[in-house]
Amino acid sequence: MSDVAIPHDMEPHPLTGMYNGKFGLWLFLASEVMLFGALFSTYVLLRVGAPEGTWPMYGLEIPTGDQILSVGLAFVNTLVLITSSVTMVLCWASLKMNDFAKGRLFLAVTFALAGVFLVVKYFEYKGKLTHHQVVLEESFGFEGETAITVKTDNGNEDTIVVVNGHAENFSTWEDDGFIVIHPDEEGESHGHSHELKIEADKIKRATTWGPNASTFLGTYFTLTGLHGLHIVGGMVVILYFLVTGASAWKTMPEKYINRIECTGLYWHFVDLVWIFLFPVLYLL
Amino acid sequence: MASSAEEVKAHLKVYYMVFGALAVLTVITVAVAKLDVSVGMAVAIALFIACIKGSLVACYFMHLISERGMIFWILIICVIFFLVLLVLPVITQFEPEHSGLVEAV
Repeated sequence: MSDVAIPHDMEPHPLTGMYNGKFGLWLFLASEVMLFGALFSTYVLLRVGAPEGTWPMYGLEIPTGDQILSVGLAFVNTLVLITSSVTMVLCWASLKMNDFAKGRLFLAVTFALAGVFLVVKYFEYKGKLTHHQVVLEESFGFEGETAITVKTDNGNEDTIVVVNGHAENFSTWEDDGFIVIHPDEEGESHGHSHELKIEADKIKRATTWGPNASTFLGTYFTLTGLHGLHIVGGMVVILYFLVTGASAWKTMPEKYINRIECTGLYWHFVDLVWIFLFPVLYLL
Repeated sequence: MASSAEEVKAHLKVYYMVFGALAVLTVITVAVAKLDVSVGMAVAIALFIACIKGSLVACYFMHLISERGMIFWILIICVIFFLVLLVLPVITQFEPEHSGLVEAV
C-alpha cells in the first residue's frame, strides 16, 4: 500500500470549492440534465406536431394526459419522492451530528420509500398494459364506440372510431378472426356494459394502452421508464451503503458522510426530474 | 455548506420547512390544473410552480445555496443548453417566408 494520499479526496479543491468526488457527481448530474432535456424536447416536438384526435390517445378530443393516466397515483408518488428526499438529507445531517444509528434509520426509510414509489409505478403500468384499444375502420354502431371527426393535414376530414376495454383474446385475435372486448370489472365501463365481439375485417388496429398505442403513451413510458431506472440505480447504491455502513462508519466516518452526501445529490436530482415529469405528463 | 454539527442542527428546521413548501406546492399544482384556463396559461403556471419546487430542492437539499464559484458557471451553461434544447422544436418550425420577415418569392 502506498502512503501517498489522493489530493482533494476529502478537503475542498481550491478551484471548485468542493472535494473531487462531489464535483465529479455534479458534472455527472449536468450530463443527466442534457439526457432528460433531450427527451423533454422530444416530448414538446411530438406534442406540438401531434395530429388532432391522437393525443394522448386515438379518439380523444382534449389533449391532456389526465384523461388516461391516474393523477391520484402520481400525486401520491410525488409526495413519496419528496419525503424520500427529506429523509435522505436527514440521513446526511444525522451522520454530520455523529448519530450513526439515526442516519442509518433515515437511509433505510429512504430505501423503503423508493420501493413504495416503484410499487405504485408497477400498478400504474399494469393498469395501462391490461387495457386495450381497438381502432375501427369506420363506425359500426357498437355500444361504447366513440367517434370524433378531425381535420387532416391536407384539409380533408377524417373520422376516428375507437372502442376501449379489456380484450379477452388480444394475443390471438388475428388468427381468431375477431376480438372480444370486456368492460371493467369494477364498474367503470368504457361506455359499454357487456362484452363486444368485433370481427377482424372491421378493425384497423388493436393495441394495449402500452407504448405502441399512441405517441403520448410511447413518450410516457420512455420518460417514466428512464426515471424508474434511475430510482432502481439509486436504490442499489443506497442498499450498498446500508449494508457496508457500519464498517465504513468505524474505519472512515468522514469519507462515509461524503459518500452519503453524493448519494443524496443524485437522489435529489431524481426527485427534481419527477417534479417536472409530474405536471408535464399527468396534468398538461 | 454547513460543516459543523451545530450548523447542521440549525439547518434541520430549514429542511422541514422546505418539505412543507414542496408538499403545499404539489397540492397547488394539482388544484391549478383543475382550473378552466387556456392551455398556454396552464403550461406557464405548472412550469412556474415546478421551477420553484426544483429550485427549493437544488438550493436547500442539494446545498447549492451555500456552494460557491465554479459550479454555478457549469450549471448555468448546463441550463442554457437545456433551454436551447427545449426551444429546438420551435426553432425548427420557423419558416422565414411565413413570418413576414422575408418577402415570399
